[in-house]
Amino acid sequence: MARRYDSRTTTFSPEGRLYQVEYAMEAISHAGICVGILAKDGIVLAVEKKITSKLLENISSEKMYKVDDHLACAVAGITADANILINYARLAAQRYSLTYQEPIPVEQLIINLCDRKQGYTQFGGLRPFGVSFLWAGWDKNYGFQLYQSDPSGNYGGWKATAIGANNQAAQSILKQEYKNDMELTEAVKLAIKVLNKSMDSTSLTSEKLEIATVSMVEGSLQYKILDGATVDAALKELDLQPTETS
Amino acid sequence: MDHLLGLVGDGYALVAADRNVNHSIIAVKHDEDKILKLDNSKLLGCVGELGDTKNFSEYVQKNMALYALRNGCHLSTHAAAHFVRGEIAHAIRHSPKMCNMILVGFDGDSGPSLYHIDYLGGMHRMNYGAHGYGGFFASSLMDRLWRPNMPLEEGIQLMKKAFAEINQRFLVGGATFTLKVVDKDGTRIIDLGEQNNSMQT
Repeated sequence: MARRYDSRTTTFSPEGRLYQVEYAMEAISHAGICVGILAKDGIVLAVEKKITSKLLENISSEKMYKVDDHLACAVAGITADANILINYARLAAQRYSLTYQEPIPVEQLIINLCDRKQGYTQFGGLRPFGVSFLWAGWDKNYGFQLYQSDPSGNYGGWKATAIGANNQAAQSILKQEYKNDMELTEAVKLAIKVLNKSMDSTSLTSEKLEIATVSMVEGSLQYKILDGATVDAALKELDLQPTETS
Repeated sequence: MDHLLGLVGDGYALVAADRNVNHSIIAVKHDEDKILKLDNSKLLGCVGELGDTKNFSEYVQKNMALYALRNGCHLSTHAAAHFVRGEIAHAIRHSPKMCNMILVGFDGDSGPSLYHIDYLGGMHRMNYGAHGYGGFFASSLMDRLWRPNMPLEEGIQLMKKAFAEINQRFLVGGATFTLKVVDKDGTRIIDLGEQNNSMQT
């Protein structure tokens, strides 16, 4: 009897589809949007903060995680699932560092993680991880890199991409407005612009956004979450700040 | 009775090892190569227990080849050295391997480097170093004569002086040597001419 249930996650439907994997991806397209843009001197990750409450203790980050000194990620989907994978990614990064005394190449870590995600689409009894990631990293071979990975275990490198709700709208804006050789500051502005157009809320404030950058500062990598004032300043510059009439 | 020595010069690194294999009181052969090419830009000189050295250095070589296939790029010398050290440090508590090593390599971004690794899992990055009895004689010689950015020809001359010193002062003389170099063009054997011909099997 048990087989009737557990095989369902990992068996093909007669049309040749894996429903559970597709459902997992569907779950992600309801999550808050995440945008990633590769600039020539760094990478920006920008996410929509969905939970905003006066009662919520202001934690520094809810969807951005630093994995290693040279790698950070943004999450769309079930945060609890993401925590498991991020823990695994951090472990893999440190394990590599222990063996070779060098930071893990970005793609290698993502392959490692995606192998694990893929496993849950094939070995029975378990549901796939309901998360997509944007990865922003740097390594000595390929410099700054932006990757996206999804629950099926697929991943790809991008110049600019978006995951989560309205990601298609976001991607078409990115396609129009992305320029090669963008500076990080321009990329931040573009990310905000894209979020503004693809989020449901009418007015954007720093409380609904979270922006992080990975960049090279004086020869060493820096992962920085932009503070509220900086985000507000950028919003003002872009004329997106709500007018204070209330 | 093994000798293993190496040095870093201007855009290259040299590593040399004696060529003798002994078992009990028998000299088994006189033309053994104790320096394995790990990839196009790395050489691992390994001396110690014969079975351990061959087994371990080939293990490292194959693991590095696997890494290159999986990841589409080769390990840096730094990473390879730490990998070797880690394996030795793990082995010392499980199945100790009697391997003393000198790893030399050339990297596009950081140039030549030499890592001196012992069987206990100790490792140092050095400009020159040696293992075995030959090290007692060669170390002091290199202390005096090594200087930064030696051209290749001077590096080879210094190595030849070290070989001569070992053969003159070490109780069990008559060793012949293999000398190899790694630089931006890859790895090569340096022809030592006459000195090796007298002792061939």
